[in-house]
Amino acid sequence: MGAGSKPNQWLTVALLTPTSIWFLFLLILPLIVILVFSFGERAAVGGYAGGFTFEQYGNLPSRLKAFQNTMLIAPLGTLLSLIVAYPLAYYLALRVSRRFKLLLLVLVIVPFWTSLLVRTYAWIFILGGRGIPTLLEFIGIEGVRLINTPGAVLVGIVYGYLPLMVFPIFVSLEKLDKSLLEASSDLGGSPFKTFMQITLPLSMPGIATGCMLVFILLMGEFLIPAFLGGGKVFFIGNALVDLFLQSRNWPFGAAVSVTLVVIMLITVSLYMRMMMRSKTGRDESLM
Amino acid sequence: MSKTNDDNKPISAKKFMKYFRSYQKGSISRRHFLGVTGLGTAMTIMGTAIPSLWSGKAHAFPDLGDRLVFSTWPNYWNQVNLDEFSELTGVHIQVNAFGSNEEMLAKLQAGGTGWDVFVPTNYTISNYVALDLIEELDLSRIPNYDAAANNPKFAGPATVNGKVYCVPKNWGTTGFIVNTKKIKSKPKSWKDFFDVTMGKGSGHTIVHDYQLTTIGAALCALGYSFNSIDAKELAEAEALLIKSKPHLFAITSDYQPGMRSGDAWMSICWNGDGTQLNNDLPEMEYVIATDGGEIWSDFYAIPKGAPHLDAAYAFINYMQDPYIQARDAVVHGYAPTDARAIALQPDSLGNDPILHPAAELMNGLEFGAAQTLTDPIRAEVIARFKSA
Repeated sequence: MGAGSKPNQWLTVALLTPTSIWFLFLLILPLIVILVFSFGERAAVGGYAGGFTFEQYGNLPSRLKAFQNTMLIAPLGTLLSLIVAYPLAYYLALRVSRRFKLLLLVLVIVPFWTSLLVRTYAWIFILGGRGIPTLLEFIGIEGVRLINTPGAVLVGIVYGYLPLMVFPIFVSLEKLDKSLLEASSDLGGSPFKTFMQITLPLSMPGIATGCMLVFILLMGEFLIPAFLGGGKVFFIGNALVDLFLQSRNWPFGAAVSVTLVVIMLITVSLYMRMMMRSKTGRDESLM
Repeated sequence: MSKTNDDNKPISAKKFMKYFRSYQKGSISRRHFLGVTGLGTAMTIMGTAIPSLWSGKAHAFPDLGDRLVFSTWPNYWNQVNLDEFSELTGVHIQVNAFGSNEEMLAKLQAGGTGWDVFVPTNYTISNYVALDLIEELDLSRIPNYDAAANNPKFAGPATVNGKVYCVPKNWGTTGFIVNTKKIKSKPKSWKDFFDVTMGKGSGHTIVHDYQLTTIGAALCALGYSFNSIDAKELAEAEALLIKSKPHLFAITSDYQPGMRSGDAWMSICWNGDGTQLNNDLPEMEYVIATDGGEIWSDFYAIPKGAPHLDAAYAFINYMQDPYIQARDAVVHGYAPTDARAIALQPDSLGNDPILHPAAELMNGLEFGAAQTLTDPIRAEVIARFKSA
């Protein structure tokens, strides 16, 4: 750097400073604290008592079920959200007239104006014994249990995370050059073929973003399983809440957190690599 | 005080609840509600009991501020009391409901709760004192509290090393609630409770998300003390809990919605919830287990560093008023520890067998022991059971 440092360098520094501070104090430092804690011991009355031990990591198998539940239900929930969100996004982006598009988009966002807690609580009553099961009894289907099952948790997940999936897909479909679709049909492509060879590949960036958003958040989810799983469908997020807010075993909670972060880093980077590869494998002109 | 109350015959709990629900739903006005329930005179009573409250406007309390954070248990307060306190003092009350004492302890240990008043249970208080998390109370600021009127059996834990840290709220028992329409076998003990759970009632039992009561119930079923911290006994209790887990409906301390919807047929239950459920659904039967269980008392306390200390004292003092205590109990169903408040209760509550069980039924019950709160094995047993 010489005497002639340009004003916009200062601007760059000024603009990056808040983010850097934010990252340092709210991401890097807490992660270091968690890492240090994870090698410590639980104080006699709970909390953290220092020390250096691998005991906490040795205790990880006791939370195997919670890891398994999360690793199973988070991808499944992501996939279900995708299956539900894609047709909706497709419809919104390609089939609805301009006039209704905005209105329908707002309707997708509106639930976000209420806290997820309240909306999830409402599902307790919808899925509970006096909700859907009572309706099913009217048509002769008895003894159906919905609440406190993995299915209920999945319903809650799809409901709660739908907008996060709809919007990225909507945006990528919205940008899609409609003349490509016309060209495809002019050249004799069936609608199915057009979808598979043009629409779907072109919306892949949206699908990738949506899936990643939903998956990452789901890996840390605790509210929906707590409410709709009744403490029986237990995520690793719930195990963490327990360790910090009930048994006050901070070092073990830290070890579980570190493990979760590592699992996330591995899955997400594998996922991103996969996405990148599938991109470069395609005709560049389409991407 | 009592003279004023003679003009104000308490109505039956059922009737009160009916009006209260209507008021909550908005189908009758507040004025109508206060009129029919005889609560309209409460202001006057307050004035008699606490002369400083007489003027009743915010300006009479220059230092109370406009906010109070109150941490308590689910279904454990009468909203009318809280609203009235806010109306009289201008202090808006934010209520947090907790599922376990351990959860409260964790928040307090982490610090920065912002709580002003909380409701600890008997066995936690000596721990809070040892951890320096609780204020010593200046009883001169709680003139409504009458130590002589309180049964020392329940009020005792408030005093640690000769200093008073809290004032009693209610007492009760921890047993279980049974929907007798669904479960006909009349379970009487915790052993029966787990047998039915893993037998005919499979899929319809709730246990608390709370180490003391859930582990305690399993320990009692195995013939051990509710309070055991013996590693071998706890391992057996854990095995029983994990074995029963596939048969449970839920693990939650908020069990009323599940019982009311008919999804759950049986739940570990505090007796006041037992009264609330039984009042609305007569088939709900509260059982004090023959093989043990818990007897407890709860308190009003102020955590160290409470941001609204003056409001906290004013609130505790208000809640110690016998009339307010009685009115609180009408809604939540738990028995006051204060003889003055019990005297004001309608007969239906004063003689209620769920709230005031015969002494011999309570012989096997134990007060929670202080060491269970911080015992690392119990903490890990409940956490492992939940994630199993």
